[in-house]
Amino acid sequence: MPADAPVSKRLQRSAGSIGGFVVVTLLTFIGLLAITFFIGRVVPIDPVLSVVGDRATQEQYDAAKIALGLDRPLVMQFFSYVGDVFQGDLGRSISTNRDVAADLTRVFPATLEMATLGIIIGVGLGVPLGVYAAARQGSWVDQIIRVFALLGYSVPAFWLGLVGLAVFYAGLGWVSGPGRVDIFYEGLVPARTGLMLVDAALAGDWDVFWNALDHLGLPAAILGFFSLAYIARMTRSFMLDQLGQEYVTTARVKGVPEWRVIWGHAFRPIRVPLITVIGLSYAALLEGSVMIETVFSWPGIGNYLTVALLNADMNAVLGATLVIGAVFILINKLSDVLYRVLDPRSR
Amino acid sequence: MTTRQWLLADSPSSKLQANLGRGYRMMHALLRNPLAVVGMVILLVLIFAAAFAPWIAPYSPIGQNLGERLLPPSFEHWMGTDELGRDIFSRVVYGARITLMIVALVAVISAPMGLLIGAIAGYFGGWTDRILMGVTDVFLSMPKLILALAFVAALGPGIENAIIAIAITAWPAYARIARAETMTFRNSEFISAMRLLGASHARIITGHVLPLCTSSMIVRVTLDMAGIILTAAGLGFLGLGAQPPLPEWGAMISRGRTFILDQWWVATMPGFAIILVSLGFCFLGDGLRDVLDPKQGGKS
Repeated sequence: MPADAPVSKRLQRSAGSIGGFVVVTLLTFIGLLAITFFIGRVVPIDPVLSVVGDRATQEQYDAAKIALGLDRPLVMQFFSYVGDVFQGDLGRSISTNRDVAADLTRVFPATLEMATLGIIIGVGLGVPLGVYAAARQGSWVDQIIRVFALLGYSVPAFWLGLVGLAVFYAGLGWVSGPGRVDIFYEGLVPARTGLMLVDAALAGDWDVFWNALDHLGLPAAILGFFSLAYIARMTRSFMLDQLGQEYVTTARVKGVPEWRVIWGHAFRPIRVPLITVIGLSYAALLEGSVMIETVFSWPGIGNYLTVALLNADMNAVLGATLVIGAVFILINKLSDVLYRVLDPRSR
Repeated sequence: MTTRQWLLADSPSSKLQANLGRGYRMMHALLRNPLAVVGMVILLVLIFAAAFAPWIAPYSPIGQNLGERLLPPSFEHWMGTDELGRDIFSRVVYGARITLMIVALVAVISAPMGLLIGAIAGYFGGWTDRILMGVTDVFLSMPKLILALAFVAALGPGIENAIIAIAITAWPAYARIARAETMTFRNSEFISAMRLLGASHARIITGHVLPLCTSSMIVRVTLDMAGIILTAAGLGFLGLGAQPPLPEWGAMISRGRTFILDQWWVATMPGFAIILVSLGFCFLGDGLRDVLDPKQGGKS
């Protein structure tokens, strides 16, 4: 499409692609609901038992069976399930005895905080390292990134978390241990956003802020390591593609300084694909946080999910799965659409 | 004519000779790639450890000896002992059996499943394709670990259920690859010729489409193995996979969690085994990709 096409036409196209994006996202979300419905109602031998738990009395069991509508055909059950979910009703948790939706809104910010700091670490270190590795192919930075990338694929996150605790908390005493803040700081600042750092800053309580950061540092750094490994490797490979192009040679021949060739010429076109990479690794961090949260007793959605798993608390498991899946899908589709909007070739 | 010449013959006289010749050339190319060789050695060690565990392991993997609990690594106990006085090295060696079993079963279940679904979608096209790929995409857009966790929650903890759950999350990637491969040759002449000869769809798919998809499938499965091992270990760590006293590596790390601050070896040692084996699969997968799929090679 020529660059001087009328603006209205371009807007129309991006509106069309956004419309398509909404439809595809909705369809994928319905598919996700079908999967969680299938897991909750079809896979277990006795779905009632998996919801009420095996300590329930006969009356509770019968009441739950009717409340779940298990006497109705499967299709009808699915429709009412979808209706419930869209109204924000995810059922009750048998272990906390609260609405799963309320539980999830309470725990989600903790995960968001950790994953966000993780991705900041991953992008902040990964992109420059990747660019440097491509510019100095074969240098020690390049070698380190190769090793990091391999380790990112083969080191279990929970193991790294445990080793991190043993080395940096028990051994060196550089960071604080598990949990979000030390016990005597708990509940000092009012929870406005649920993000401990933001809440503490809003309340102006810097002691709590630094303590929370101290607790957050290690788990976020470990999450950040996994995204760093991926982001650096992808940045390096994108950069190598660009540096091999003729326009880079032209710029060099013209006498443009090397740092400008790299950041001003070669780096510009890779920003768009990098957005997709960063989006994907952000979504992957939400997944990775499940293991890390368990190790660090971090009261986020991953910890909630694993506690629910161990108690066979099916409503809570499916609710958490649904929320993580929905966020995952949303981030994926959003980075897809951003790519299309930003990359002139794909218009 | 030497064996080598027979294997490398330009015009093989039998199907067997052609296949053997191809295998020989691949092996040759693979052996020139140092990382692939390292990967192969690691996997051979894994298979060897699994096969001969009773002869390699100096102690019983489940026999308790409370007088020797939580001993640090020493000459008698290379990796120390755990909280029940069991030799960690012996347990790691026996754990190779469990890891190998998980990996093999997941591959055996999910690869053919993905292959078949992808080949059917690509071969028939139209609505079959749209529906099958729609389902595939929904599974692909879900985080794998979470999906596996939810399935295990519904099925109940245990190693068989963990394998089923991982296989359910692994097939969609293979279906995508198989479909893409099938699309490239669904309209080619040899398929039309088979149809004219009166071969049924089932026969064309199983006899002619599937074999052509296998090489890219093998590459992908090998590369995925590291992820599968990590997921299985994660399930074990959460207490949803292999149950005690089975010496599964993830479950062993979970047991050692309590002692991580003082007796670090209980949790760390099995982790090294996981890393080593995952690395082995990564190396071999990269090497195989360079050999079997040269268009993708050298990019990463």
